[in-house]
Amino acid sequence: MMDNLYMPYPMRIERITYEAPGVKTFMLKFVNEADQDKFSYRAGQFGEYSVYGVGESTFCIASTPTRKGYIECTFRQTGKVTNALSGCEEGSIIGFRGPYGNVFPIDEWKGKSLLFIAGGIALPPMRCVIWNALDLRENFKDVTIIYGARTVKDLVYKDELKDWELRKDVKLVTTVDPGGESPDWSGEIGFVPTIVEKIAPSSKDTIAIVCGPPVMIKYTFPVLAKLGFADENIYTTLENRMKCGFGKCGRCNVGKLYVCKDGPVFSLAQLKELPDEY
Amino acid sequence: MNIDKRLVRKDSLEKLFDILKQNSKKIYAPFLKNGKTTFRDAESFAGISTGHIQTSESSKDIAFPRAEKILDYSKSKEGLSVKGIDLKNLPGVILWGVRPCDAVGIGELSSIFNWDYKDEIYNNRLSQVTVFGFSCNKSDEYCFCTSVGGNPGNTAGSDILFTCMGEDGDYLAEILTEKGMTVVSIAPDLFEKSETDEKEKFLAVVPVRFNHKEISEKLDKFFESKEWIDQSLRCLGCGACAYVCPTCACFDIQDEAHGKSGSRIRCWDSCGFSHFTLHTSGHNPRDVQSARWRQRIMHKFSYMPERLSVYGCTGCGRCSRACPVDMNILENLISIQEVTL
Repeated sequence: MMDNLYMPYPMRIERITYEAPGVKTFMLKFVNEADQDKFSYRAGQFGEYSVYGVGESTFCIASTPTRKGYIECTFRQTGKVTNALSGCEEGSIIGFRGPYGNVFPIDEWKGKSLLFIAGGIALPPMRCVIWNALDLRENFKDVTIIYGARTVKDLVYKDELKDWELRKDVKLVTTVDPGGESPDWSGEIGFVPTIVEKIAPSSKDTIAIVCGPPVMIKYTFPVLAKLGFADENIYTTLENRMKCGFGKCGRCNVGKLYVCKDGPVFSLAQLKELPDEY
Repeated sequence: MNIDKRLVRKDSLEKLFDILKQNSKKIYAPFLKNGKTTFRDAESFAGISTGHIQTSESSKDIAFPRAEKILDYSKSKEGLSVKGIDLKNLPGVILWGVRPCDAVGIGELSSIFNWDYKDEIYNNRLSQVTVFGFSCNKSDEYCFCTSVGGNPGNTAGSDILFTCMGEDGDYLAEILTEKGMTVVSIAPDLFEKSETDEKEKFLAVVPVRFNHKEISEKLDKFFESKEWIDQSLRCLGCGACAYVCPTCACFDIQDEAHGKSGSRIRCWDSCGFSHFTLHTSGHNPRDVQSARWRQRIMHKFSYMPERLSVYGCTGCGRCSRACPVDMNILENLISIQEVTL
């Protein structure tokens, strides 16, 4: 018999990082070396993570394919499965199926500047492509990251934010919503779209990658348009509820496109062709 | 390929049934019980229903069961053990008495389970099934196979198609596939040389009510139509239409735990359910019933034709018969055809 599409790889939780209230990152390693050997993925893809007896949940792979031997995922404890995952300890075995979906066309972006704009828990689906680009830094011109969260506490990847802040080849701007600042906060205060407008990054030879809650995305796109970004040069990743991950279970489609197969990465030009069903 | 046409005498059908049983074939056939005609494991030929227009449910669960295990797991001190479902030793099954609109639906279902990723759980199950189609000699007001490219004597999807020639008459058997040939080779004497190959005059008459290709084209620009709201106002979102449909393939995956062990189950689901697309955050991309009804029609008549080159509807009419509030897909499709954009 051929492989069972629904059979997850057993993965060991190698390291758990506490990111923010309710948010954790798992570093996962393949239990079986043979699985590791045949596994490969590219930035933008996602998987189904499972706790046996509870179920499966969909998140992006938050690590970069340029670093081999493990994958990482970051999730917020919200539903049944993420609660069960949150209860797992280092050394526990969980299930992982994937990778599924399309990828950020990072090869096509060679020679361009990259502008990353993320809000809250939506930095993880972008982290894969940020590190992918930084690991191939010579391929790109300016790299700018604008990241905001509701409060200072809600910012994820705090250590990496420090790294990026110290790097001379990255421009990092962090912001928190008004009222979310702490006494020692030295970043910006304001909603992400406002800060993008204030920073006014150049659209010249630049690709913008935007991930965040729907309201942030909605107000960021017009700002980018004003800055001269063409719809073809703006990318985002969509998340719809999924069960299978490969175009059969029937729930993630937006019009005729399946987020799990035609996405999750879409350009704004593509999104404008789609009905508002996400 | 020239279709091999044979004559099977009316009293040979029972002999065929018995010979196949002796060859340790499992036979699923329609039986009438409590007003419902459903496919059941047939012990004997007696009682197999022939008079029904359509079974109450489609035969799709032979390859896509209502709920099926995809893996078993158990947790112990030694660790976690996970075992995928074993489909190597599935018995051969004859699906006896399938109407052409169900048989053709198998192909549509297969398209969903095989575009890009191949779903071998489904494929393994289907590979063990031999389909005995039986042409329709009567229809009712819910039937519309001819409007979606089918007909009451459609051979698509059957391995052998039987057409009863006249009331209580003998059968014309069209041997359509290798699997069909295998059956003939098990009981060659029962498949006699046929003098006639004319079956049209014995078939039910199902008038064409709409043009499915025109509807597909129209749906391209129909997403924002208020027709969806009008059509779905009375929809309860109960999902009965999806459960009886021969081509609905939407499913859920759930874990069922019993103490330290359990199974992961794939089970039927429906785009009509309000929580089908509900995100954990509370956001729901299809947050009203009209959006869910639109998805049902668009998927079958627009997205599937475009992405998979098949329609997701065979015109069996079951969804209309099953609907507790008398929503009628035929009427709704006709009104989509008639409404001006």
